[in-house]
Amino acid sequence: MHKLEFKGVTKTFTTRNRSIAVLDSFDLQIQRGEFVCLLGPSGCGKTTLLHLIAGLEKPTQGAVLVDGEPVQKISRERVMIFQDLALFPWLNVLGNVVFGLQMTGMSKPERRQIARRYLQLVHLAEFERTNLHELSGGMKQRVALARALAVNPDVLLMDEPFAALDAQTRDLLHAELQNIWKETGKTIVFVTHNVREAIVLGDRVVVLSARPGRIKRDVAIDLPRPRQIENYAVVDLARGILDLMREDIVTTEFEVAERVPQVGRDVL
Amino acid sequence: MFSKIRLANLVADARAHKIAFFVCLLALWQGLVQLGLWQEYIFPSPLGVARTLARGFQNGTLLIGIAVSLQRILIGFGISVVFGTVLGLLIGRIRLLQETIGALVLGLQALPSICWLPIALLWFGLSETAILFVVVMGALLSITLATEAGVRNTPPRYVHAARNLGARGWRIYLYVILPAALPAIISGLKLGWSFAWRSLMAAELLYVGLGLGQLLNMGRELNDMSQVVAVMLVIIAIGLTVDRFIFQPVESRVRERWGLG
Repeated sequence: MHKLEFKGVTKTFTTRNRSIAVLDSFDLQIQRGEFVCLLGPSGCGKTTLLHLIAGLEKPTQGAVLVDGEPVQKISRERVMIFQDLALFPWLNVLGNVVFGLQMTGMSKPERRQIARRYLQLVHLAEFERTNLHELSGGMKQRVALARALAVNPDVLLMDEPFAALDAQTRDLLHAELQNIWKETGKTIVFVTHNVREAIVLGDRVVVLSARPGRIKRDVAIDLPRPRQIENYAVVDLARGILDLMREDIVTTEFEVAERVPQVGRDVL
Repeated sequence: MFSKIRLANLVADARAHKIAFFVCLLALWQGLVQLGLWQEYIFPSPLGVARTLARGFQNGTLLIGIAVSLQRILIGFGISVVFGTVLGLLIGRIRLLQETIGALVLGLQALPSICWLPIALLWFGLSETAILFVVVMGALLSITLATEAGVRNTPPRYVHAARNLGARGWRIYLYVILPAALPAIISGLKLGWSFAWRSLMAAELLYVGLGLGQLLNMGRELNDMSQVVAVMLVIIAIGLTVDRFIFQPVESRVRERWGLG
């Protein structure tokens, strides 16, 4: 059985006077433990795919299946890391990471112990008392990762989490995310518009077309890990995929997006 | 290092300016009294006011006045905080309530709370209930409106994230919406406090006995200007003390946690 499956999923958003089809008869299967990167231009419905898996939105037609069952509602089995992280500014680092465990009614010592383990995993052990606004962008990413991992979900959904980071920090987090994935064996669905990032991280890179999003190419990446963004093999593969994407109408976006962090959501 | 010293200097300067200004003001006051243009009962001397204050504290009249007024405002404000935040949370989250009760609250807010006194007196007579009613009407609405605004300005993604991590039902209110709205709620509480304090004084001044407002009015009836000024100073002192020792610490802690400058 597939861990995640999209079966003929259509999603249209209706605004005041028109409806926009973001996805049209979309099919995709993702296996347990796979690291899949969804790659595509802004507005191609990448974020919507994550929201559908998370249960934040419902398909207009078709079905989204998890372990063969249709997604009914939001569940901590599938935790989303939002583009802007949505960390809670009224809590310190530890408070954010224990949040999910606190909601289950787990005892204080127990949840702290678990949270500390994940803070160690993301190298933030000595920052547990720090307020969020005192952290750098990369550190906030790590808090978000620890917060999501702490509730031990099956599936991690990541929505362009590294888009706003400087290059060095991003490289570091690429390495750490690969490690964490190897250690925890989570199924990860990672959305990005950065071709090389997708190749560095993914077992598979699913290239989407512009709206309505369709699969343009499903590329298996079997380069040895850990991969780095400047590896020749990565750059080579990236060139191929970029050529493929250039056929699309909204080509220039990628080149720009490589350099300029994108702001705003791409639901519509 | 340099900037730290500079900052300390600035703070010290500001304090010196303040003290110098108030000393000058006192001197000017005493000087005007010395000129002897007005009678003592029209224009009391600083010393006279100080003596009245001391006397009021010694014979207990001021202490009783302070105790009675503080008790009233604490009860009235307490009621307003509880109902105001709950009402604000509900109005902020439930569209139907917002369209109905929300509109009502907004409309009533335009009414100065002392205007509730006639109704309160008709309903409850010359009683503590009447005065509590006026105090609550002063504070409740602004706390409700501030809470509602805070709730509505809470980004939905906080709620999404919390639900995704397993929060449901009342826990979302208690652990997400309330803390997310806290900065707005605190400014609502400050505003509510000052409205409550003003309404209380107005109500006591007009009708209801024993509090500081009553003492103020008594000073007028006795033609004792020094008592009037003494009570005014006490009222100012209480207002400043509450702000300095209750609201400011809470507010600065929240601002520090959130990193709001």
